[in-house]
Parts: sequence; C-alpha cells; structure tokens
Amino acid sequence: MSDILLEVRNLHATVEGKEILKGLDLTVREGEVHAIMGPNGSGKSTMSGVLAGNPAYTVTEGTARLHGVDLLGLAPEDRSHEGLFLSFQYPVEIPGVSMVNFMRAAVNAKRKYFGEEPISASEFLKLMRQKREVVELDNKLASRSVNEGFSGGEKKRNEIFQMAMLEPRLSILDETDSGLDIDALRIVAGGVNKLKTSKNATIVITHYQRLLDYIKPDYVHILYKGRIVMTGGPELALELEEKGYDWIKEQNKD
Amino acid sequence: MDNALKQYLDLYDANAGIVAAASGEPMNSLRAEARKVLGGATLPTRHTEGYEKTSVEEMFAPDYGVNITRVGIPVDVAASFRCDVPNLSTLLGTVINDKFVPSAALDGRLPEGVTFMSLARASREMPEIVSAHYGKTAPASDPCVALNTLLVQDGVFIHVARGVRPEKALQLVNIFQAPVALAAFRRILVVVEEDAELKLLVCDHTQDGGHPYLASQVIEVSVASGARLEMCAIEESSPATTRHSQLFVSQQEGSEAVINNTTLTCGTSRNDFCVDLYGPAASCRLTGMAVGGGRMHIDNSTSVTHHSPRCKSDQLFKYVLDEDSQGAFEGCITVKPSAPFTEAFQTNRNILASDFARMHCKPWLVINNDEVKCSHGASTGQLDDDALFYMRSRGIPATEARTMLMQAFMVDVIDTVGIPGLREKLRHLVDRRFSGTIGDCATCRNHE
Repeated sequence: MSDILLEVRNLHATVEGKEILKGLDLTVREGEVHAIMGPNGSGKSTMSGVLAGNPAYTVTEGTARLHGVDLLGLAPEDRSHEGLFLSFQYPVEIPGVSMVNFMRAAVNAKRKYFGEEPISASEFLKLMRQKREVVELDNKLASRSVNEGFSGGEKKRNEIFQMAMLEPRLSILDETDSGLDIDALRIVAGGVNKLKTSKNATIVITHYQRLLDYIKPDYVHILYKGRIVMTGGPELALELEEKGYDWIKEQNKD
Repeated sequence: MDNALKQYLDLYDANAGIVAAASGEPMNSLRAEARKVLGGATLPTRHTEGYEKTSVEEMFAPDYGVNITRVGIPVDVAASFRCDVPNLSTLLGTVINDKFVPSAALDGRLPEGVTFMSLARASREMPEIVSAHYGKTAPASDPCVALNTLLVQDGVFIHVARGVRPEKALQLVNIFQAPVALAAFRRILVVVEEDAELKLLVCDHTQDGGHPYLASQVIEVSVASGARLEMCAIEESSPATTRHSQLFVSQQEGSEAVINNTTLTCGTSRNDFCVDLYGPAASCRLTGMAVGGGRMHIDNSTSVTHHSPRCKSDQLFKYVLDEDSQGAFEGCITVKPSAPFTEAFQTNRNILASDFARMHCKPWLVINNDEVKCSHGASTGQLDDDALFYMRSRGIPATEARTMLMQAFMVDVIDTVGIPGLREKLRHLVDRRFSGTIGDCATCRNHE
C-alpha cells in the first residue's frame, strides 16, 4: 500500500461554542481520491476549514497529520507550504490585489519556506501561462484583481488554477461543483484530473453524484453530525443519488 | 489674554519692518488688515466647530523660532528627495523651511508662459499680477490665514499663461531642516489662466527629525475658465513636524481640478481643502489618503461649494490607521440655491489596523437646490478576515497579507492621480510605507 498522506483522528471542532465536528476519522493515501458527501449542516465545510486553519474554528480534541507533520500546530500559510490546498466553496474577492501579485506572493512565500530564491519574473510569467491552460483560464482574468467581478464559473476555475500553481500534495475541493454549468464543470474536473499524480491526493466535498462522473473517487464517505458514518466505493454515491439521505439519518438517530 | 497667537503678534509688532523687508507691495499691503483681524482673535481650539479633533491653538502654542531675519540654512536638497520620488521627470523648485531656492535645474528650462519662482521676488518684480490674485482666494477673516498673511516672507508663485499647456509637471519640494526648532510661514500662489493647464507635485519633507518644526501653509489656487489643474501633494515628514496646510481653490467656468493629498508620515497634520466652483460646468475631483502609524495625527477637512449650475465634484478620502495613530475627516458639500444640476459626491473609508488607532469622521451636506444629485458615505472597519484567511491559505504569511490588503485598499485613490509616471511612484511610495521601509534615507541612498 502507498504512504499515508493525511491522517485525521477523533477530530472535534467548534464554531462559536457549538460543536460541529464530533470525532472525525479519515485516512487518505497518496494517489487516492476521496469523496465526502452528506446532508446540509453535517460538517463538511467545517472539516475543510479546520484542516486549512480557518481561525473561525476551534479544535477541541483530536489530531490531523499531513505526511506525518502535525497540521493543527501550523499557521494556515505553513499548512499551504507543507502541501495542503483548499479550493473554497466561496472564493473571496480581493479588490486591488492583482492575480499576478497574489500568485507571485504565494509562490515566493513557499520558495522562501523551503529556503529557495524568489522566482524570476520571466520564469513566473511562463509558469502562469502554463498553468492557466490547465483550466483554460482567460489571460484577462489573470491580470485582474483576485476574483473581483469573476463569474461563479470563473471563480472556481481560478481556484483550480491556483491549485495548479501551488502543486499541493493534498487538495480539498469544497463544493467546487456548486454554481457551475456543465461545460464549466467539465473544464474544472478536467483540470483536477490533469493535476492528479501517484504522489498527491484529493478530497472532493460535494452534494451531488454528478461531479463524481468526472472526478472518479476511490472512496466515498458519508459525513453526518460531525462524523464519518459510512464509507464505501463509488457505488455509494449512486445509492445516495437514488435514495437521498433519509435512510442515513434514520440509521444514525440519536 | 495669553494665547498661542500672542507670541506671533508680539514678534510681528516688534519686527514689522524686518518682516516686510524682503517682500513687495502685494504681500505687505495685506499685513495691516491681517493684524487687525488677529487683534481680537484666537486660533481654533477643539471647541471651535470644524476643529473638534485638532486644536490649531495647541499646534502653534510652543515657542518655535521664526527666521524673520532670513538666516541662510544650508541643506543638501538632492539627498532628501532623490530617494523618495525617484526618476520622475519634472521641473523642480525647492522651498527650504520658508525660503524659495531656485535650482539650477529650473533655469532656462521653464517653458514659455510658465512662471515658477519665489513669491517674495514675484511680489517685487511683477506686483500687478501677484496683487490680482494674492489674498483673493483665501478668506482674510480666517485667523489661520490672517496669521500666515501677517508673517509670511516667502513662498512660491506659479503662473501658467493663457492657453499654455506644458507637458512636464512642476515639482515643489518643501524641506524642513534647521539646527533649532522652527516655525515656517509659507505661501503658495498658483494661477492657471484661461485654457491653460498645470500639473503640480508638492512634496513635504523633513530632513532631520531631531527638532520640532511647525509649518503654516496657505495655498491659493485660481483655475480660470477652461483651465485644468492636476495637483498632488505628498507629506513625508517626521514625528516632530506639525503642519497646518490650508488649500483654497477657486474654479471658473468649465475648469477641471484633480487634487490629491497623501500623508505618509507626519507628526500632527491638519489639512484644509476649500474648493469653490464659481463658474458653471466646472469639475473637481478631490482625493486624499492617509497612512497612520506611531502617534501620527492626521486631520483632513474639506469644504466643496457649488455656486453655479452643472458643476461636478467628487471626494474620496481613505485612511489606514495602525498603532496609536489618530485620524479625522470632516467633509462638507454645499450646494447654493444658484447651483441647479449639481452632481456632488463624497466617500470616506477607513481601516483601523490596530486596537488603539482611532478614526473620527463627520460627513455632511448642505443642499439648497432641488435639482441635484448628491451622496455621501463613510465607513470605518477592519481588514477583511475572509480575505486575510484566503491569502494565508495560499501560503502568503499573515504580515505580508495584511500589507497587501492595506495597499489594495488605497488603489482607487492612487488611480485618480493622472500626472504621468506619478501614479506608479505613488504606488511604490505607499507600498514602501506599508512595508515599513520609508523614511529611511540612509538605506535609500545606498540603493543609488
């Protein structure tokens, strides 16, 4: 079996005093794609926020290790440097900060973390050009302010573009399919697939089976009331599509 | 009664002849009236409406020296200034403390129809044109203006003749440098004649922060019909520098003014902007930004008055206040009954970057005509936490992300600056200010 990339054990987290994650366990190995599904309010976005280090969440118990590194002890920027990437459900607009400056700052911060020199201007532009092609991101978007005035589809494409730029070990795609039409979905999913290697891994958080037609998961987990309550193969997603979540809720009554 | 004014009045009364010695009739003829105004006056205090957050009385109270006998103070002009707005191609003039110093770079290079010289000299050599404009835009009844009129000995006279539109910007550098505490009374008189154009950059520097300095500055600007003014003032002084700058602009028919004031570093800085749109269809874009840190105190006060139909004005002021700095903004739009079809807007946005910084704002409108489109908005908040986390999640360290967000906040103000090359320089200066590398001339010269 390949090496473990992410290991989450008994993770509990609260937001504004309310416990959302109640003992989450998850193991992701190199080369794997995991889908996390679950009804609204089950803790999917909280899980991604906690792993990425969003200060809005407080971890009260448990551990999370990324290739052996204690993730919860790191600042969000260092989690990124260690290879974690979160594609936001709602990418943030940052007026006045150009995509170019934003990406250059991100790339150079990572290089600095590993004791490398800043990237040269020409090398950087070349990299931008290459990675843009992964999700067919318009050059015009790359010269604008971060996400400002981008359509829903453009924002999600921009997330995958950033993922391509940063070459993470583990990517968490938080409802990357929401707000996408079929064409955009195909492009975004295609981008994710192009970036897949035997050394990295992806966690796909989604409501719908549709995305999983494009990004094929090795495992499907059902998150409910802050815990993984069921794990299966791709067929579990199909079953959910057909039957909804009621039977899961029924099985996991308090 | 003992107040801050007394020492200045005593000084004047004892030395009236010396004060008047170097300047011509247009400047001297207004001193008697100014003295009369000040006889029963006091400078504004926090109890004076419009000065609630900055007491001019307190600014002027310390015993600064006034260089009334015009003792020469040697200054290395190039050093102060080369590092701050580098490589900008301008026609440069310098005021050291309160004395205009003609630079070699200026001689013979001014385009035909452009005058850029010492105000004292202009008042002696061309009294008609100076007296036609001097003391006309700034109200003599304002005690701060009157004090300046009383004690001013020099400053700058800029005149652009009818129809002349020089491509190059004029640049005025005000430098404080003295081996002792010093108060400087400066006057800048700017006349842009019909259909003429002026691009003017004014930089205020303090070269040696070791001594307390006080600047009293009155800028009178007349923009004639069809004329255009583009003016950008940058203050980069020291914690020991106190400045009261009053800008009075009068605009005639169809004229256009784009004015920016940027405070990067200072001690206490109070800036008044008073724009009167007298002629129809005139327009004014008035913007300002302030980057507060340490114990800086920055107070900008605007008053834009629409006297005629179809004028447009747009004000945008932004502050980022960190550490223990204090900011104040009072902005006023007045629409006279005689000014239908006015479009007047005002926006003030502020970010408090520390728990100790304070911002006070007071936007107001006085509208006496029904046919107007007017708005004002003010907000004070903090850096966007969501944006901050988004940037950090991409690997950008928190400090750098904060700096980038603060810079980004100022972008729309910087974008109003139209002087060729200056927008980029200003962006660079603001970036350096936020990243904490400004004001260190020693480092800067090493770059050369």
